[in-house]
Amino acid sequence: MTDRIESKIWVFVEQRRHLVAEVGLELLRKAQTLAKPLQWKVAAVLIGRELGALADMVLSFGVDEVLVADDPLLEHYCNQAYVRAVEGAIRQYEPQVLLLGATAMGTDFAPRLAARLRTGLSAHCIDLDVTPDGQLLSLVPGWGGNVMARISCPKTRPQVATVLPGVFPVPEPGRARGKIVRLNAQLQQEDLGYRIVETKREEAPKSGLETAEIVVAGGWGIGSKADWTRVEELAAALNGAVGATRPPVDEGWAEEKQMIGQSGRTVRPRLYIGLGISGHMHHLVGVKSSELSVAINSDPKAAIFGHCDVGLVGDLKEIVPPLIEAIRQYSQQEPE
Amino acid sequence: MLDFEGPCRTLESPVKIMRIIVCLKPVPDPKHWNRLQLDPKTRTLVRKGIPSTINPLDRHALEAALTLREQEGGEVLIVSMAPEDSQPVLKEALAMGADRAVLLSDRMFAGSDTLGTAYVLSAGIERLGEFDLILCGDETIDGGTAQVSAQLAEFLGVPNVMHVSGLEAFPEKPWLVRSQIEHGYMVVEIEPPMVLSVVKSINTPRYVTLMNILEAEQKQIEVWSANDVTLSEPWAGLTGSPTQMADLFVPERKGMAEMITGDAKEQAAKLADRLHRLGFC
Repeated sequence: MTDRIESKIWVFVEQRRHLVAEVGLELLRKAQTLAKPLQWKVAAVLIGRELGALADMVLSFGVDEVLVADDPLLEHYCNQAYVRAVEGAIRQYEPQVLLLGATAMGTDFAPRLAARLRTGLSAHCIDLDVTPDGQLLSLVPGWGGNVMARISCPKTRPQVATVLPGVFPVPEPGRARGKIVRLNAQLQQEDLGYRIVETKREEAPKSGLETAEIVVAGGWGIGSKADWTRVEELAAALNGAVGATRPPVDEGWAEEKQMIGQSGRTVRPRLYIGLGISGHMHHLVGVKSSELSVAINSDPKAAIFGHCDVGLVGDLKEIVPPLIEAIRQYSQQEPE
Repeated sequence: MLDFEGPCRTLESPVKIMRIIVCLKPVPDPKHWNRLQLDPKTRTLVRKGIPSTINPLDRHALEAALTLREQEGGEVLIVSMAPEDSQPVLKEALAMGADRAVLLSDRMFAGSDTLGTAYVLSAGIERLGEFDLILCGDETIDGGTAQVSAQLAEFLGVPNVMHVSGLEAFPEKPWLVRSQIEHGYMVVEIEPPMVLSVVKSINTPRYVTLMNILEAEQKQIEVWSANDVTLSEPWAGLTGSPTQMADLFVPERKGMAEMITGDAKEQAAKLADRLHRLGFC
């Protein structure tokens, strides 16, 4: 018997080897904001093995309940086992909304779970809203972000969504006030569809992008690997981080970890400068929270000029070197 | 008596060849996406006149299937849910080397969300019978939800792995599948039948030659309607799908940026000055 679960929004807080993916925490806070007008409670869902300390940590983010599926068979991620771990509780307590991060794990777990529950799932959301009658509206970029769709799930429950990491800020922990509820998963060996035999993870590469106050990003318009140094020099002059769109990464000018956008990182700097970036929504969703955005592009019709604060039309080769020079002079005038 | 058990079993089950199914989606060619229009009245995308092509990642899925067939023997079947005019796209897949193609096409399938699509595909695959492996692209470039492969596996009751960047098949023991995760990968042991969805780095899809195209003319595309498959659950099509599109719109622009003009040097000076006044340098 488990305790009664009252929460109407459940947030899956992903962990691997007891390391929590930040997007889970981001979604906890967002869920609390969504739940407030409806006076709903919010639960975090933790799945794994020996999760005691982790459950306490998640509780400190102010959730009402932390639902814990703790089992030796859940030590490593397997989507079928994870589904098995929570489906009973979902059927019994009927949450209205279930949120997951759009990570490698979340994008695999969510569709399998939604199909088991025969309910609707919206993917890679960049914003969420709940109507007064409890309908989840998910904002989803489609067609490479050229259009946006608002997706609803009117007839089935729970309404499930995966949300891109980084679109909501990471909250600070506070005072724990909720309770921990253990889910009775009752797993069997047969519930595991596969067995993980090896996991290889590098240290999270530090591109410094997510926390950077200043980001200088380059796109296809930079032109070549040799010209890419201009992006790096400008970033260095401003003491900022270097970002990229997809093409420079594909071309090998920039590294994968530097990619910003829907399939890369989300940044929220005070200053964003885009060089030679045309402005596909794919990239722009990753920079939309920048305080001041500047674009330099040779094409006056580039879409990015419709999305940024300050625009310069011209040849990067002619604008960027004197820009770097001027910035260096200002920086030298007033050393810290 | 025990001595006879082995041979008896072999006699009962004829030698099985590996059956690989590739799920493939025809998508509007991204080279022409600038011609996509939003119909302001119906709030749907007008894609008239935009040619279709094989979803890019599905090409990698097909390549993985063809490579496996070359190594282990077997057959490669294409299954696709799409309008009937998508046949040229399936022809291209046959030209790449697939043996057979099934097109699931019916007006009632139109507007299916991922659950509906996965359900219809599962019904088609169930009619085809047993399989060892289903390969999909990890995501499509149009909808990009990346949900169908896992949902298909769920409907078929088989395990699935997404984000697959490597695959090793073995005749009598579990296969090894490498799946990309954040900053690394994991390797899983998994037994057929299974569904795998692949990422770009798994391989480089082969080119289609004129000879391949001519050969493909001999191969068949079977078209199955809703009546040809068993659909006992209600998820297919626009009305059956649990998710609905409440709104579709072109993202709002901030309005035109404030433009800094002048020759290159003046522009650079003005921007540097602005950044200086804001405390960035």
